[in-house]
Amino acid sequence: MEYSIEEVMETVKMTLYHNFDIRTVTLGINLKDCIHSDIKVFKSNVYDRVAGYGKKLVSEAEKLEEKYGIPITNKRISVTPVSLIVEACAEEDAPLQIAKTLDRAAKDAGIDFIGGYGALVQKGMTRADAKLIDSLPEVLANTERVCAFLNVASTVSGMNMDAVIRLGNTIKDIANRTKNGIGCTKFAVFANAPEDNPFMAGAFHGVGEPDFSLNIGISGPGVVRSVVEKNRECDLTALSEVIKRTTFKITRAGELIGRELASNMNVPFGIVDISLASTTKVGDSVAGIVELMGVEKMGAPGSTAALALLIDAVKKGGAMASGNVGGLSGTFIPVSEDSGMNSAVKAGALSIEKLEALTAVCSVGLDMIAIPGDTPAETISAIIADELSIGVVNSKTTGVRLIPVPGKYAGDYVNFGGLLGETYVMNVSTFSSRDFILRGGRMPSPITSMRN
Amino acid sequence: MSKYLVFITVIGKDRKGIIARISNEVYNHNINIEDLNQKVMEGYFVMTMLVDMSDSRMTIPELKKELSEIEKEMGLSIQVQHEDIFKAMHRV
Repeated sequence: MEYSIEEVMETVKMTLYHNFDIRTVTLGINLKDCIHSDIKVFKSNVYDRVAGYGKKLVSEAEKLEEKYGIPITNKRISVTPVSLIVEACAEEDAPLQIAKTLDRAAKDAGIDFIGGYGALVQKGMTRADAKLIDSLPEVLANTERVCAFLNVASTVSGMNMDAVIRLGNTIKDIANRTKNGIGCTKFAVFANAPEDNPFMAGAFHGVGEPDFSLNIGISGPGVVRSVVEKNRECDLTALSEVIKRTTFKITRAGELIGRELASNMNVPFGIVDISLASTTKVGDSVAGIVELMGVEKMGAPGSTAALALLIDAVKKGGAMASGNVGGLSGTFIPVSEDSGMNSAVKAGALSIEKLEALTAVCSVGLDMIAIPGDTPAETISAIIADELSIGVVNSKTTGVRLIPVPGKYAGDYVNFGGLLGETYVMNVSTFSSRDFILRGGRMPSPITSMRN
Repeated sequence: MSKYLVFITVIGKDRKGIIARISNEVYNHNINIEDLNQKVMEGYFVMTMLVDMSDSRMTIPELKKELSEIEKEMGLSIQVQHEDIFKAMHRV
């Protein structure tokens, strides 16, 4: 088969100059068969399973990086929601003990984050779910690599407002127990959480999954940015076409590497998540793409339409490239992790309300947003309820990752370090939502969910 | 035996002996050159060499390591990537 020099160079340039990488290979691991009534045996089963497969994941992924010359930035693990596997444990601190075991196994295997410390409570809570939620502040303060999630709403079940009330306080507790509230960066709250999402903090290995599932998250904001930059004059129909073609190519690369990695590890291949995932690098920003499309600053009028066009083109290219598109497959707009988003906040172009609007058309939620440390718990619950309502009503995933930074106020600078980035504390409405939130109960599922 | 096809891509300033040095290196390791293209693109010398490594004892990381000496010495950027990635991205 012959290739033109231009074709070969297109691929080479993507990795050399446009930050193209496989953002994450995430191995989903079922832990249900590790359960044992003796917690010592249980922990030992969990450790052996996670550390063993974790080491194999890291070494096999490194081999493929060499073979294809494409970096695989993160090697991660997601496990069965921990609340399910501790149901049979009598010990009050069973969730914490399992969290520490997961943390140690991940560390020993060279895995930077392990997801699945969470529960699905969209309709109600079991005793184990409640124990796990109570443990979150302690777990996130005392583990390094464990990521937590809670699914508190779904289109079919509606929204568990009793859980949402609880979360306002939980998030404040997590923030208060960690420097700059950084524990909150490892905790995502969802509506319609997917069971095969490879991205942290919200990854978990759902109950409908097999024993193992290798999921892959590609990333190409830099690659998409470069084609948008080259096509400054064309109309939006033509722009959509060039984005589609580029996404097709990077998704195919992701699928190739994902399938080969799964086969080399002798585990089933799961999905390719085609989400555009920004990093703190200047050229790797989703906000940067929207701005190159012609919106002066992310958050200005036109941003929602631009983002809608962008993700639609990404989905169309991705769906053509792989029959296994899954996970979140939206666009991330994490404020602290995306240098363009952050600069828009600093310039006063982007508010939480606009971010909420952006998540209605494509993206997967209010992500990595620093808010004042004195924001009332009920207001945090209300922001969560607003965002998750968008997911519930529109049958899509939405998530919330807020960081109420202790001692900081709107406009203050905060640095979370490394890939978590830096940001400015965003302004939150000071009007009260208390009486609404404290009603509790369950918001009924929308009429559109009755499809049978 | 089926082929193990790999692309060697070189980017840099044009100068004498680039192709000679790389060809010599692959020949010394029993690697066969299947195809070769070169061009000046956006002001840079670009060369793509498709090689078959099936008769060689070398692996891709080993070849990359060998070529990195030429890379440093001649001020080039050299990538070594299995052909499948190009097939996946550029052929439907």
